[in-house]
Amino acid sequence: MDQLLDQFFNLSIMQQVFPLLVKGLWMTLKVCAIVIPVGAFAGLVVALCATSQSRLARILTVPYVDLFRAVPPLVLLIFIHSGLPFAGISLSPFQSVTLAFLLNNSAFYGEIYRAGLESIGAGQREAARSTGLTALQTNIYVVIPQAVRNVLPDLLSNTIEVVKLTSLASVVALPELLYSADMARSITFNASPLVLAAAFYLVLLWPVVRLLSRLERRVAA
Amino acid sequence: MDQALPPTRWTIFLDTFFKASVIDQYLPSILKGIVVTLEVAALVVICGILLGLTLALVRAYRIRAVNILIVILVDMLRALPPLVIILVVYFGLPNVGIALSNFAVLWLILTLVLAAFAEEIFWAGITATPKGQWEAARSTGLGFTQTLLFVVMPQALRITIPPLTNRTIAITKNTALGTVIGVPEILNQATTATSFAGNATPLMMGAVAYMVIFIPVVTFGRWLETRFAWRRA
Repeated sequence: MDQLLDQFFNLSIMQQVFPLLVKGLWMTLKVCAIVIPVGAFAGLVVALCATSQSRLARILTVPYVDLFRAVPPLVLLIFIHSGLPFAGISLSPFQSVTLAFLLNNSAFYGEIYRAGLESIGAGQREAARSTGLTALQTNIYVVIPQAVRNVLPDLLSNTIEVVKLTSLASVVALPELLYSADMARSITFNASPLVLAAAFYLVLLWPVVRLLSRLERRVAA
Repeated sequence: MDQALPPTRWTIFLDTFFKASVIDQYLPSILKGIVVTLEVAALVVICGILLGLTLALVRAYRIRAVNILIVILVDMLRALPPLVIILVVYFGLPNVGIALSNFAVLWLILTLVLAAFAEEIFWAGITATPKGQWEAARSTGLGFTQTLLFVVMPQALRITIPPLTNRTIAITKNTALGTVIGVPEILNQATTATSFAGNATPLMMGAVAYMVIFIPVVTFGRWLETRFAWRRA
């Protein structure tokens, strides 16, 4: 038992690595602050293309969405970070992470918005247009707000996934929370820094997971 | 006619990502990786869904202490990035005398994560079944367990299929995380081969392998969703 405590909950080590992990946490939050809004917006664009009047736009979005939903994000990230340099395109870890997440997120958020947009009856659009709103105004003021409300739990659930996915950035040596913790682990030969990182993620995400469970129950009821 | 053409952007691109000699050389190791990925995936899907179903059924008995435990476990597994749990277990357990192979760690963690999400989905299905169904079944003389298994679950399963499929696909894709702890699955084979070959072709092969495996699955998931669509008003 002592061994277990010492290996996973070593307080003195945790205290020692705390500042390093806080730094990592900031980087994680910084990545989130960029990839979540960008991904959510790109996803909306993808969804609008997928449900648009233009046949070409609809046909093009299907392979895009399927491709980036099929390829695991880590594969995409490693492909961008260590594959593209062979073609003469070298991106910094931060750039690689941003690009990989943009492609992955836009596909996932896109599918969610699409479901939302499709749940809005054509009558809404027709009524809005007949009051004199343009197609763009109809989308912005009438269709999208209702669509988003309908799929809010799914959007939130996907956002939790995105925050968790930022831990993949550690694989390409971006000094975010998990990377810092794993570095501390390899220096101290002790898993406590990783447990501390897990605690950070829990503090960050547990309230959101709880909120999500409530939202899901309310929508289902 | 057949004079050597100067390298164009196109040939450079082909040489970087689709070099025939590299494909020949590393195809066997990528195929080996595919087998490992499919093995882990199959084990995770079967064990994860069964465990999740069991947890949801246990939760239906509403034993307070047990349910609190289940909810805490499920919440934690939903909130933590799987890669974090994998690293904690892989690097921590050997130091307390429990040595698990990297394959076992990957299987165990992904199974637990899938079980947590599956439990939530099954539980949502159970709670979505109208109360009248319970009351009617009980009044015909069925016991609690009989009602749960023969009346409620069959109805609950129907609405759980689309979300469960999508979640299962998402977690199966996490088998790629195994590369971080050295499980010789597709991504691991591809990155190793890329560094040996000094050429990005194996990475492209790995990406193509994932597409070949997952595009049909993703398309199937999409079809299921429309097939079992139940519109929320």
